[in-house]
Amino acid sequence: MKNKKLRNNILTLILIALVILYLSWLQANSSEHSYAIAILERSAVYAVVAVAMNLLTGFTGLFSLGQAGFMLLGAYTYAILMVPEASRATVYRMFQGNHWITFSLADVFGTAGASAALGMVIALILGGLVAALFAWLIGLPVLRLKSDYLAIATLGFAEIIRAFFQWDTLGPLTNGANVLNGFPYFSSVMSFWLVAGACIAIIVLLLRSTYGRAFRAVRDDEVAAEAMGISLAKHKMISFVTSSFFAGVGGGLLAMYQCMAQASNFKSSMTYEILLIVVIGGIGSITGSVLASFLFTACNEWWLRFLDDESLGVPLFRGGFRKVVFAVIIMLIVLFYRKGIMGDRELDLGAIGRFFRTLPSRLRARSRGKEAR
Amino acid sequence: MMAENVLHVENVTMQFGGVIAVNNLTMDIGRGEIVALIGPNGAGKTTAFNCITGVYEPTNGLVSYCGGVIARNHPRGKMKKLYSGENADKYLDAPAGEKAVVSHTPDYITSLGIARTFQNIRLFKSMTVFENVLTASHLRRTSNLFSATFRLNAKEERQMREDALALLKTVGLDGVRDDPATSLPYGMQRRLEIARALSTQPKLLLLDEPAAGMNPQETNELTAFIREIREQFGLTVFLIEHHMNLVMDISDRIYVIDFGRQIASGAPAEVQNNPRVIEAYLGVDNNG
Amino acid sequence: MPVSVLAQHFLTGISLGGAYALIAIGYTMVYGILRLINFAHGDIFMMAGYFTIFSMAVFPWFVSIPITILATVALGVLVERVAYRPLRKAPRMSVMISAIGVSYLLENLATYLFTAIPKNYPEIPFLKKIFQFGSVSASLVTLITPVLTIILVFLLMQLINHTKMGMAMRAVSKDMETAQIMGIKVDSTISMTFVIGCTLAAIGSILYFTDRMTVYPYSGSLPGLKCFVAAVLGGIGSIPGAVVGGFIIGLCETALVAAGYSTFSDAFTFILLIIILLFRPTGLFGEKATEKV
Repeated sequence: MKNKKLRNNILTLILIALVILYLSWLQANSSEHSYAIAILERSAVYAVVAVAMNLLTGFTGLFSLGQAGFMLLGAYTYAILMVPEASRATVYRMFQGNHWITFSLADVFGTAGASAALGMVIALILGGLVAALFAWLIGLPVLRLKSDYLAIATLGFAEIIRAFFQWDTLGPLTNGANVLNGFPYFSSVMSFWLVAGACIAIIVLLLRSTYGRAFRAVRDDEVAAEAMGISLAKHKMISFVTSSFFAGVGGGLLAMYQCMAQASNFKSSMTYEILLIVVIGGIGSITGSVLASFLFTACNEWWLRFLDDESLGVPLFRGGFRKVVFAVIIMLIVLFYRKGIMGDRELDLGAIGRFFRTLPSRLRARSRGKEAR
Repeated sequence: MMAENVLHVENVTMQFGGVIAVNNLTMDIGRGEIVALIGPNGAGKTTAFNCITGVYEPTNGLVSYCGGVIARNHPRGKMKKLYSGENADKYLDAPAGEKAVVSHTPDYITSLGIARTFQNIRLFKSMTVFENVLTASHLRRTSNLFSATFRLNAKEERQMREDALALLKTVGLDGVRDDPATSLPYGMQRRLEIARALSTQPKLLLLDEPAAGMNPQETNELTAFIREIREQFGLTVFLIEHHMNLVMDISDRIYVIDFGRQIASGAPAEVQNNPRVIEAYLGVDNNG
Repeated sequence: MPVSVLAQHFLTGISLGGAYALIAIGYTMVYGILRLINFAHGDIFMMAGYFTIFSMAVFPWFVSIPITILATVALGVLVERVAYRPLRKAPRMSVMISAIGVSYLLENLATYLFTAIPKNYPEIPFLKKIFQFGSVSASLVTLITPVLTIILVFLLMQLINHTKMGMAMRAVSKDMETAQIMGIKVDSTISMTFVIGCTLAAIGSILYFTDRMTVYPYSGSLPGLKCFVAAVLGGIGSIPGAVVGGFIIGLCETALVAAGYSTFSDAFTFILLIIILLFRPTGLFGEKATEKV
């Protein structure tokens, strides 16, 4: 048993090393592979938020639809703190250059090298903390509601947050309905995945700990969990706040990817897309969420693009068809493959290995069986 | 003379809307005893359990555990007008220094040392046998969220796992420890529930129909098992049961309730021959 | 504020409220019977708007309106059949996810078929006729809406309380399994619920869009959510509650816009939702349900 574990760990490390190599190579040849890089960066963002949502919905059983709101908080915190003071007058021009935050982390940490990267990471973490704070405040009243009501209440809060961020009176802070830009961002796809990887790793560690077991108990049977000494209020709150923290970090990453932050981007449709990613990947599977984030982004931005191409001369192919096909595929998964790609299992390298190693003997057994008939 | 009092239930009444489910119940359980609560179906036994473990807030009355009040209430709000039970004024004021209304969530009560099993088995369906027991030791953790996440609590985690494994061995389930909990046969699921409850390190164990659905041989094994764990873990046991053999065999004392009211109590032999008890179970013979 | 202006706003408010009420009924009926928040209901309402646009291009209004209603009902029943019925035994989350999926599909389908550019809603001539009462003016549609709403709700309550089908609906709402054992055809009862809900949504859409004048693929999503809040406010499962909730939300929204806080009129509805859920989750007319352990 121990050898298996060791072997799996080594295989996982090799896999991670290969991924890192691939990403560095892509970055080095970034001009020819800009599409791939964009997709990988975007899927990193979605992966973080999807895994965070899976923690809440898949592992703790809390159906919350407020992710877009927490992403918004993280994105704006990052943007507001990182716009260099010198640029602020221009960015906030719709408000006559008035701005309430007058120091910038970008100025503190500079715009180059490891110091700048540190500044960005700190800003991301702060974004997560702001999101976590709001989650705590919202969670106090809302977490005791039944699942459908929890969904609508969190959806409502996300909409309320968005309305506040678009409000003119808060303009000198949020730039109202206008775009916030001018802040520094990660220039390499590797950084996105390093941050995403770290976030996902922490969530996995949490889920494998005693707290993770407590979350699953809450999901499986609240009454029994309470009877076994697991405080529902406390553990639901821990799950909610943690999930929202990482949604906030994801929001900051999204702002970096888009090089801007704008409240109207964070509508409830974004939450729905994350939810659909979680469903496609399998509620309760971390590797599923990561895979599905990648598949979703790749299909949406790249592989299914041809469906929108009128010049191909195929009837039905024109702008918007891609999303329709996509929506139909999602419905098919929701209806017929409810468990998603991975169900509630994780990627088992041992199983894949076994599948291939035993292939020859299984094929032989099959043909023998056919002959016997 | 009775041993130290572990559980003291005083004038507990539970009223839902217009229906009284538990009526003015008073019971005492001493350390080390095995006490049974019996009565016809629907008599209010599980409701009594729920009042003790904090699932319900009793409408009126007092529950104390090892001398400390864990539940106390009097008819308030809508209940003030609706209450049709007894002793409505007895618990209005608390003695000096104590609160008039005491209510705790079930997880707090479990942390004090009261554990329970359920009439309809409530195992954690997505988990294995081992994980079910392991999860129940979560409440005894000394680590916090950060140390648990970043594996700074390796020692504690290892200890929890060893204890869980030991418990499974005690109940004879370590052979199936990695099987999904729901794949076990019924009798073994019941044993798993007991093991899980034991994992919370209780002093008082509430068993709700532990022998339900068992055949006579399994029931005998269960009887021996309950005696064993009382010895091994220094437990006090309070059980609800319908299998009269088990009850008469194992109980030091029995409480009988019907329609929410206590109708008899005492040693098994007394209760067995009590005409009111017989009437409650079998009905009255009008012809003789 | 002069009385005439108040009266003007009041009229606008109850007219909007009436349209909201008709849509809210659809939410509350489906929730009552399936315990499902039909996220797609708002998008069905949006499709009804498009159905009217296209049928009015070909037929006169007295043919178009029935066509719209029929098409909307067909769509609603199809959605129920394909997306909800197969998941009836599945956990609640799955059905809600399915509803979200349908909503996503309908919105993208509308964008693909009709483009995202708002389309002009056709004028049904007599509905736009303006009436004057002193210094207060209102179009016929504004005046008809609340009246029509009350009439339809009254008819609906008659159906629920005095017909066999209504009794079947009430039974299935209370306990689906037992209703089935008692011989009630659960499938057709549920379909009927959708028929009624969609009919009212279609009528509501005609009244709503005649005032709005344009339809775009996302015209249904926010009104849909607001109408769900209206249903919760009134007490989810209660039809009179949904109506009262619709009127309250319509009036409050109009008041906010009139007072100059239009950016918050949407957020306000959600603030109202949070307040209800926290202090009176069963709504104004709802019943309290106790859970047995």
